[in-house]
Amino acid sequence: MIRHLLSAADLDADNATLVLDTAAEMANLAGREVKKLPTLRGRTVVNLFYEDSTRTRISFEAAAKRLSADVINFSAKGSSVSKGESLKDTALTLQAMGADAVVIRHSASGAPHRLATWVDGSVLNAGDGTHEHPTQALLDAYTMRARLGRLDGLAVAIVGDVLHSRVARSNVLLLHTLGARVTLVGPPTLLPVGVDAWPAKTSYDLDAVLPDADVVMMLRVQRERMDDAYFPSVREYSRRYGLDAVRMRKLPEHAIVMHPGPMNRGMEISPDVADSPRSTIVEQVANGVSVRMAVLYLLLGGQHK
Amino acid sequence: MTTYLIKGAAIVDGSATDLLIRDGVVAAVGRDATGRGAEVIDADGLVALPGLVDLHTHLREPGREDAETVESGSRAAALGGYTAVCAMANTDPVADTAGVVEQVYRLGRAAGLVDVQPIGAVTVGLAGERLAELGAMATSAARVRIFSDDGHCVADPRLMRRALEYVKAFDGIVAQHAEEPRLTVGAQMHEGDVSARLGLTGWPAVAEEAIIARDALLAEHVGSRLHICHVSTAGSVEILRWAKQRGIRVTAEVTPHHLLLTDTRAESYDPVFKVNPPLRPSADVAALRAALAEGVIDVVATDHAPHAVEDKECEWGYARPGMLGLETALSVVRSVGLSWDAIATRLSRVPARIGGLTEHGQDPAPGVPANLTLVDPAATWTVDPAALASRSRNTPYAGMTLPARVVATFLRGSPTVLDGKAVR
Repeated sequence: MIRHLLSAADLDADNATLVLDTAAEMANLAGREVKKLPTLRGRTVVNLFYEDSTRTRISFEAAAKRLSADVINFSAKGSSVSKGESLKDTALTLQAMGADAVVIRHSASGAPHRLATWVDGSVLNAGDGTHEHPTQALLDAYTMRARLGRLDGLAVAIVGDVLHSRVARSNVLLLHTLGARVTLVGPPTLLPVGVDAWPAKTSYDLDAVLPDADVVMMLRVQRERMDDAYFPSVREYSRRYGLDAVRMRKLPEHAIVMHPGPMNRGMEISPDVADSPRSTIVEQVANGVSVRMAVLYLLLGGQHK
Repeated sequence: MTTYLIKGAAIVDGSATDLLIRDGVVAAVGRDATGRGAEVIDADGLVALPGLVDLHTHLREPGREDAETVESGSRAAALGGYTAVCAMANTDPVADTAGVVEQVYRLGRAAGLVDVQPIGAVTVGLAGERLAELGAMATSAARVRIFSDDGHCVADPRLMRRALEYVKAFDGIVAQHAEEPRLTVGAQMHEGDVSARLGLTGWPAVAEEAIIARDALLAEHVGSRLHICHVSTAGSVEILRWAKQRGIRVTAEVTPHHLLLTDTRAESYDPVFKVNPPLRPSADVAALRAALAEGVIDVVATDHAPHAVEDKECEWGYARPGMLGLETALSVVRSVGLSWDAIATRLSRVPARIGGLTEHGQDPAPGVPANLTLVDPAATWTVDPAALASRSRNTPYAGMTLPARVVATFLRGSPTVLDGKAVR
């Protein structure tokens, strides 16, 4: 297994499948009365969060605790970081404390790569700027496989602010590795220059893509993007790229609707779609814990065969 | 003053000759070069170049003496074969008054390792709002002729027009940092495949090209001289070629790093590769090399940009842009295939002419100021950041083995470097 998980591209098909299979075993554990494994007893996992993200931090924390690891939450606010400590100095501190793994969320793309050059333990990227969020892609792939039975050959539409989305980058890489066909959909302003080099198709027309999609993943779109002229208004964005009940009817019967959260209800997704039986949004959260358990287990010395 | 007899140096036409250096000038060349009591320097196998001239150096003093000083930067320059450097104005305080440019000029004289020619800011505080007192800087002891807001673009087209016009009164030249700021908000690296993958905000080539096109047209309209700093794209080359064919008085520089490195270096997220303008893809690198060979790009300038460790040992997005260049420039341009004559032209003769540095950029001949450097063309060396004379360590070439090594540098007849070491 790899030492760090910095990018979804760090996982080849075998390793990615191993994570998903291991996550399925971890999920079985959730149904038991005692939800804890002794696997990482005596190991220390640090959650180093430079951005507020209660959802992701709690998910990693629950995953580490269910594996019996000691968990230290290090949030940038109210810590030495807010007093101007550099990432390197923080890394050396964590190193001195004997962290076996550091889970890092950071607003700067590439911060986990830098961290990995300064610590001996494993580094898990829990979201870096507009770069990647590999465990989100893993839990998304897990959710698709659980709902639809396979990943190979699935048609996945990822819709919205691809330019600023770490979720989209990690999903494109992982889904491609696992044999799914990805189409990125959004206004041209929100698809990056250079996107042609990605292993994905692109489209500006959501309605044309939906009839052939097995999965449609709606990305969060920040309203403030409007101020930078990425789109003219929330209403126009919603009309052209939002998923509402009328548009959802264009999807095949079996297709599922995903969202990494947090949602802007009424912007990229309407409340009736978010709450419909096709929506996997709550499952994604639950699957997140299983997938993160699997990643911690495999990276921190699980000799899983 | 010691008299030196340099024996057997190859001058740029390739022939070996002797040079007698006395009283600050080249006293004699060839068979006439004999001097009793002269200190003999065996230059067998070495190449003698006119001392290199850098049109684009950041010496950081005043303001960031932790990153570089006039003295440490001068030493780095001498070790790199330079006898003159033009110090950019983005210090703290900004070099936008006669007082600051004279301070930098005097610090350079005191260090005495290269001629430090201050560049004056175009606008007050580099803010791009009103003209600095360009005339006062021109008539100061520093005799400023190049004006630049480098680090910032003079983005307001009306202000740029006025600056181009105004400096004609004292044969000045505006050196533009071509970057349309509205197109580079938050930009971190070249906008293309690599930035898309790395999730770093893109710096599109058009932000440079649009300003070069605009300013070339402005220079034509008002009949002024224009210099373009650190050209980095193939599109810019095309615009410059067009402008020169039209007879517009525009000159341009390229940095060593833009001739060698590409944007894929950002994949490490190591900010030692973060620079402005950013490293570009290999097609741009090829176009820049061809443009330099063709003369569409006139000079190589280092954009030597020292930064303190804490400004580079951090997240890419938080790091300051810029790289060291003075001690590696000669070797880097040699590694990309420039001949010794091309090096003399692009790193000495032409930059001296553009900057109005009449004592520099002259090939050794009886009577010319003895500003020259001796290079061992057969030597190779491996770049060790800790061994550089600069106060900073942010070289992008760490660990690379490069050709050619400076053995000696003379400034007005006095050695600043001997046996590859700074004399002080």
